[in-house]
This record gives sequence, C-alpha cells and structure tokens, in this order.
Amino acid sequence: MNRISKAFSSKKAFIPFITGGDPDLETTKKLLYALYEAGADLIEIGIPFSDPIAEGPVIEAADERALKAGCTTDKLFDLVSQVRADIQIPILLMTYYNPIFAYGAEKFTLRCAKSGVDGLIVPDLPFEEREELQAPCAACGIELISMIAPTSDERITYIAERSSGFLYCVSSLGVTGTRNELGGSARNMIQRVRKISDIPCAVGFGVSTPEQAGEIAGFADGVIVGSAIVRIIAEHGRACVKPVSDFAKEMKRSIKTHE
Amino acid sequence: MENGRFGAYGGQYIPETLMSAVLELARAYERWRSDEGFVSEYSTLLRQYAGRPSLLYCAERMTADLGGAKIYLKREDLNHTGSHKINNVLGQALLAVKMGKTRLIAETGAGQHGVAAATAAALLGLECEIFMGAEDMERQALNVYRMKLLGATVNRVVSGTATLKDAVNATMREWAGRMDDTHYCLGSVMGPHPFPVMVRDFQAVIGREIKEQTAEFEKRLPDAVIACVGGGSNAIGSFYEFIGDESVELIGCEAGGKGADTEESAATITNGSVGVFHGMKSYFCQDEFGQIAPVYSISAGLDYPGIGPEHACLFDRGRARYEAITDAQAVDAFEYLTRTEGIIPAIESAHAVAYAMKIAPAMGKDKIIVVTLSGRGDKDVASIAKYRGVKIHE
Repeated sequence: MNRISKAFSSKKAFIPFITGGDPDLETTKKLLYALYEAGADLIEIGIPFSDPIAEGPVIEAADERALKAGCTTDKLFDLVSQVRADIQIPILLMTYYNPIFAYGAEKFTLRCAKSGVDGLIVPDLPFEEREELQAPCAACGIELISMIAPTSDERITYIAERSSGFLYCVSSLGVTGTRNELGGSARNMIQRVRKISDIPCAVGFGVSTPEQAGEIAGFADGVIVGSAIVRIIAEHGRACVKPVSDFAKEMKRSIKTHE
Repeated sequence: MENGRFGAYGGQYIPETLMSAVLELARAYERWRSDEGFVSEYSTLLRQYAGRPSLLYCAERMTADLGGAKIYLKREDLNHTGSHKINNVLGQALLAVKMGKTRLIAETGAGQHGVAAATAAALLGLECEIFMGAEDMERQALNVYRMKLLGATVNRVVSGTATLKDAVNATMREWAGRMDDTHYCLGSVMGPHPFPVMVRDFQAVIGREIKEQTAEFEKRLPDAVIACVGGGSNAIGSFYEFIGDESVELIGCEAGGKGADTEESAATITNGSVGVFHGMKSYFCQDEFGQIAPVYSISAGLDYPGIGPEHACLFDRGRARYEAITDAQAVDAFEYLTRTEGIIPAIESAHAVAYAMKIAPAMGKDKIIVVTLSGRGDKDVASIAKYRGVKIHE
C-alpha cells in the first residue's frame, strides 16, 4: 500500500492546501510541520503560477505574493526534500500544467520522486489531455490525481474507472474560494462514483468552516481546505503559523467526529 | 483536426469544470456549421449587417511612393463596428442562440472585440458582459463607453498585468461559474478546441474574398499576404484560403514593443517557446519555469503573451513566417498610411502596414502584396498623440 492509499484507509482524510513560498519559503516550511502536527492526513502544496485560471482571488493573490518573494519550482522541490524525512504523510503538488511542461514532464516527475512527492494535481489537465503526463508519472511511481466536477455528468464514470490514488471532487461551479452553500452536488457525484469504484473521494473548493468540513466528512473520504487557510496566511503574514495551526486542529476535529 | 490539434498544438487544457461546456460547444458547432439555415442566416448577416464583402483597395499612392510591389489593402476596417471582429462574433452569437444561451461573455484587449460582441448581443437580444484589463480601459476609454452604450456591462480586471491575458483569465473564471445560460464568445483563434477552428472558420471569409478580388483585378494570386498577429484571428482569416497555394507568402506581424530583444515586447514567435496556457498548446512568452511573462505593446490588441495554435503549426511547417514590428515602426506606418492614402488604420493593423513598407521597395513592380487592415484607427488617435507628446483636449 502506498502512502496515499494508507492515508485514506480507515479514516476520513483532512487535506490542507497552501501555496508554496507564500509569504516565503521559510514560513512554508514551518507551516508544513504545523499542519502535519495539527493532524493533516495529506498535504497539498501549490506551485505558484502567474495565471491560475481555476483559482479565486484568495489563492491568486497568494501565488502573486509567492512569485514576488522569489519562489520557484526548484526551490519547492528542495523544500519537500528537506521535510520529507520528518513528515510521514503524502505530499501532493498542485500545479498548472505549464510549469511542468516548461520543466520537462520526465525531468519534473523524476524530481518529484527524488524529493519524495507522492502525487500531482494539475487543474488544467483534464482527463483527455493527461496521457503526456501519465506515462512519466507512472514511470516514477507518482500518482496523477483526477478531478471531477458537478458538470462532469457522464464523464464521472469514465474518469472514475480510469483513476487511482483518490478522486478530487470539485464541490461546485466556479473557481476556488469560500462558499456559503456546499455539499449537494458533491454528495451526488460521490454516489455515482460509488456505483462503479471504491476509489477514495476527497471534496474541495469552498470548504471554509469546521461545520462544512464535518458535513462533507459525513459522505466523502477526504476534505480539502485551501482558500480558508490561505486567507489566514494573507492576514497574518509570517506570523501565520499559530493561527493556521489552530484552524487546522479545529477542522481536523470536526472531520474526525465522522469517522 | 477533429480532436482539435494542429500538429502538436491546440488541445483542450482546461479545468474539468469547463470540459462539459467546451464539449457541448464543439458538438453544437459540428452540427450547425453545415446546417443550411444557419449558413444562410450567417451570410445574410455578414452581407446586410456587417457590410461584406469588404473592399480590396489598391493603394496606388503608397505603391508609387514605395516604388516596388503593388499594394492592396483588405479593408476590414470598413466593416460595421470597424474591425474584422464582427465576422467572428456574428457567427458565435448566432450559434449561442441556436444553443439556447441567453448571455454572452467576452474578453477584450483594444476593445474591438468587446464592442463587436456587445453589438452582436444587442442585435440578437442577448445579455452581454465584457472583461477588460484596467490598463486597457485607460488606453481605450472610448471603446469602454461604446460597449456601455450598446448595453453591455464592462468588468474591470485588475489582477496580474491588467491587460488582455488577465481579461481572458477573468472570462474563463466567469464561464466556469455559469455556463448553462452563458456562451463565452472568445475573440481570437486561441483557447481550447473548438475555438481555434471555429473562430478561424468565421474569419476565413477574409481570405476567400481576397482570393476572389485579386483574381478579378489581377487575374492571379497575390505574392504575399500580410496581417498583424496577437492571438491571430485576422491573420488566420487572411491566410487560411492560401495555405495550399505555396507561391503565396504568408507573413504575420507580431508586436515587437520597444524591441523584440528587450523585455518590453509581445513577440511570441520571435521570443517565446512552446507551452500550455489558456486551454491550448502553442508558443508563449514565458520564463524558464513556465511562468507567463508580462508582455508589452503600444497596441492593446496585440499585447498578448501567446499565439493561436494553428499559427504555431504554420510556423513550424515553415508555411508562414512571423516578423516583429516595434512600436516606433508601427506608429510611423500609422502616420504614413494616414497621410499617403487618407486611411487611418488601427495601431494593430499598422504593424502589418509597417512590414509591407519594409519589403515592398525591394520587390519587383510585377509583384502583389495584400495587407489586411484589420481595423480602423479612430480609437488610437489619442494614444498616438500621447506617443508623439501632443496634448489633446477632448
């Protein structure tokens, strides 16, 4: 069993997201330890991108801050290498496809494997286009995580049948960011997946309160929390580690009650 | 081509949320493109509303002055709304109606596409929202007001470089949140499939007319067709009919800004490398880590870090070539055409005029160049004055 499967076995996974290098790499490193200690089951690190078209304003601003602070793909690989020995849970990189393409897919996935990255989430690489990245990922033992959305409809079955690791279920239409209403279409999507596959389903986009996290943990295998954490980082800058850790503990508690 | 690829380029690199929308659009376009009723409605609109065919004008004074090849201007500037953009938006707006959509959203750089989209929306009774970079809203304030007069809402985009690429980002985000009643009326031969194919088909009327008109006037093909390239829709529209005619040189003129060798440029083929962005694999201005570069041009319409995938393919095949024209050369050409022929071209189109001025003198008098004037330059008068240091009080 690889690290990702293990993370979903016998518990509901709490999956926090942070943008790498926001506000700087040193703080990112502290945040990784803090999130791990707060009970994260997997961690998603975003490689900042100049034009993150699936992101709402909160993560877009984080990407801008991180790039301005000098974060690069190589520096993030170095960071993962440094923390890998201590942090025992899966580390996923979330990146738009162009940073991978520019790096060279083979070189990128090899570097992932060497640094200890377990999987990739590439929001602008839909199932039809993933072939060019799937092969290099497979060669290095990196999971390429598939996404499904409320609009995927008959694609849900098609994608679920051909995916591994876990399925990233986009909770609702639009871009990342907090929402008041959640759950309806995610619950529906997961029911469709369940008919044909037992792949773990994690729900992301818009999960911002412990109540929402708990609600989702009621029917999903994992809860992805991004913008709500990134907003705390934006608010507190380098002093964000404590408040992020407190928030993460609260989210974890709420998710845990549904195990 | 059916899978939306031009050689290695094109594709559908977009978030899963948008996949159903582009697949629905591709199916609808396949269905309606060959429907007799649709084709006839569209061509009636082009004729009766947009004013097609546009003139192919023989620029005699320019030809005589340059002393070489004979120069024709394809007058897309004379279309309704003042540019080639109307060809595409009428097609897409009609298609949107067939698909049961009631709302158009669109990005715009110079404002030409925004104005055209707002116009088509007004004509067909659709709601319309335009996304425009804050920087471009400054440069093209008059077009912003035109869009509002036409009933469109104009959304100010302040993220990133606040220009065309950011307007595209914002429109894609908007579409991802609302697609059941909304069609994204993309303005160029870019983005995910089917846009590059569909927009090219709607613009190909330019090249078909050029071919008919040169046959009528000269009884032969032109030797070169020159057009400016941002995303590349007026260029592909001009080129497409001639791709199989190997004797016709196809030349795209990119925005060289303050010099293609400086950081303030938008010359994608000259400076860029292959990448994946805005739904397509193509050439982009980017850094070594694949971050999209901030680009610059005096022309808001060419101020874009990428180029349509079919151009990338034509470039790789050696079928078309792409030349960078600087701000200074474009402004000179803008003034030259205005004084020599009494035609004020869009600053975008002036990039193509500049290259014609460069190569015509060395070509024989028996040679024929067609330059596509993609738009008229009224919108640019204030910024040209500013460039020249002239103060205008409106």
